[in-house]
Amino acid sequence: MPLLTDWVKKAIEPEPSSQQRNCRLPEAGERDEDELLAVRNLSVNVKSSSRPVIEGIDLTVGRGEIVGIVGESGCGKSVLSLSIMGLLPSALKLGGGELRLNGQSLHQASQRQIRSMRGKHMSMIFQDPMTSLNPTLTIGEQLTESLRLHLKLGGREARERAVLWLRRTGLPRPEAILSSYPHQLSGGMRQRVMIAIALCCEPELLIADEPTTALDVTIQAQILDVLFRIREEEQTSILFISHDLGVIAELCDRVAVMYAGQIVEQGTVEELFESPQHPYTIGLMKSIPKPEKKGMRLYAIPGTVPSLHDRGEGCRFQSRCAHAAAICLDAMPALEHRGGSHAVRCFLASGERREMDV
Amino acid sequence: MYWARKSFTLLLTLAFVLLLTFFAFRIIPGNPASAILGMEASQEQISELEQKLGIEGPLHLQFFRWAGGVIQLDFGHSIRFSEPVLSLIASRLPVTLSLAAMSLAITLLVALPLGIAAARARGRFADLFISLTSQLGLAIPSFWMGIVLILVFGLTLKWFTVSTFVPWSENAWLALKSLTLPAIALAVPQIAIVVRYLRTTMLEQMNEDYVRTAKSKGLSNANVYYKHVLRNALIPVVTVVGINFGEILAGSLVIEGVFTLPGMGRLLMTAIGNRDYPLVQGMVLLIAFTVIIINFVVDLSYRWLDPKIRLK
Repeated sequence: MPLLTDWVKKAIEPEPSSQQRNCRLPEAGERDEDELLAVRNLSVNVKSSSRPVIEGIDLTVGRGEIVGIVGESGCGKSVLSLSIMGLLPSALKLGGGELRLNGQSLHQASQRQIRSMRGKHMSMIFQDPMTSLNPTLTIGEQLTESLRLHLKLGGREARERAVLWLRRTGLPRPEAILSSYPHQLSGGMRQRVMIAIALCCEPELLIADEPTTALDVTIQAQILDVLFRIREEEQTSILFISHDLGVIAELCDRVAVMYAGQIVEQGTVEELFESPQHPYTIGLMKSIPKPEKKGMRLYAIPGTVPSLHDRGEGCRFQSRCAHAAAICLDAMPALEHRGGSHAVRCFLASGERREMDV
Repeated sequence: MYWARKSFTLLLTLAFVLLLTFFAFRIIPGNPASAILGMEASQEQISELEQKLGIEGPLHLQFFRWAGGVIQLDFGHSIRFSEPVLSLIASRLPVTLSLAAMSLAITLLVALPLGIAAARARGRFADLFISLTSQLGLAIPSFWMGIVLILVFGLTLKWFTVSTFVPWSENAWLALKSLTLPAIALAVPQIAIVVRYLRTTMLEQMNEDYVRTAKSKGLSNANVYYKHVLRNALIPVVTVVGINFGEILAGSLVIEGVFTLPGMGRLLMTAIGNRDYPLVQGMVLLIAFTVIIINFVVDLSYRWLDPKIRLK
């Protein structure tokens, strides 16, 4: 296990320069001009039991930045994105913490205020393009309604802009597509339509919740290409949610790894992929299929994500971690900076475990 | 192709109804000749009258004679009123049809907003109130509802004059007024059904992904519900309304009795009592035809609501 020995070595002998580099995560209350979305110590609870589904989430998305969130199903990626949009299912509610877009609090905003921001300042594309469009309305109707609402465009202007955006997402014959219904389009085309709907009012933030998961591989690459190109052209910030590390590595500037409702590791793509430190991140990376390992059994992290009721006092990953020690059972490690923008939630990566074990 | 298939099923259904209306009523004992002549009539007198009325000879020959006439839009003469069946029906049909249409309109006008409101207020007081009231509406028979309406709004409050029908051609406003109470009585159970059904389909649709998309655009709740959800939720509701139109028609036959309206209902009762074969057959055929046409309209409205059907 070359990777593992690598990071153990790193953990034991931390880079001398890492302490001098300044941290990218600002403290609460402080605001960076480049910062578009700021999530501070956010938690989302189940309404009936007040149990947190996600907690202690700290995340920043800068202007024009693509930030990836990666993790298994059920780790809270979608809950996080829906909480930013103010679209949490009725069984969940925002708990403590802070949620700011452009410096404006989304946490304290009224329903009406959040609604006026949705589609205009932040918008979202979803996993399943087959069901995310209304089957009874034409593409044109669904595309122009936000243009008419947010930009107050008239019928013709809205149509022209809709055509423009359909073309920008790479759809052929956009005029014909405007008058067609969702079931007449393929999955890839529908996802392009979704992207056009999400971006036509030029929001600062686009949340993409596994936008390529339901599509086949060639279409996936095209959709990623569209997102990347639009980011270059429009400086749109993207919060990109995926369970596919390959996609994340290709597209994102920074990554946060989520596990059981917490961020367990975050940093730039280089930091994370070159020196992953949390055992969960390392496990995820080992489970990427690689051509040189052809014929060998694919690595899988043993066990499953603990359910909401099985989360104990200690580290959430402890039950599946090969390196778990006594302290991991009793105490929750904090998300600690490891130099640069790299932060890890693990005793092993921080000093504490080392002192105790050795 | 669509129209060819539709017309074929329409003709087939009508032929079947034609057969059924003719033979079903002949099975019932009693015949018009003995009904007119009374108990003491001799066999000769009866067969003489039967010949005059055109109901003599083997049944199948009678049927072909009648069916042949129907194809040429000749429904024969009424035995009781000695008038052409068609002109008798033509004088009564507008009353019944406008009553049914009015109660359908009331049903939709009241049930759609209530169903949507109940779905939007799911689990809260408004939802509970609407659901409970609709349960009550479902349990009340419309003839009783009619009597109560007459008592309260006709006799006590005197907002409506009861038991006088003014034809549309004479005074449209008074005609509308005289049909209002019976139409409400007919509509109440229908409203209850549609409200409950629409509430369920709305709630189902609200869990769909496209609703989340609509919300993520920043649309107002009203816009999401009325534009996005309602259209999808209406597709199954239209089926129920279509099926129930037959029920409204049947109900109007009874309610005409309660409000003494000169419609098809009272004519049909008289015709059955007198064993007026041609009249009964003609009316049943016409009612069946109306129901088939309504189902056809329902079919068309699917094509309007659901683009997937439209393009097939």
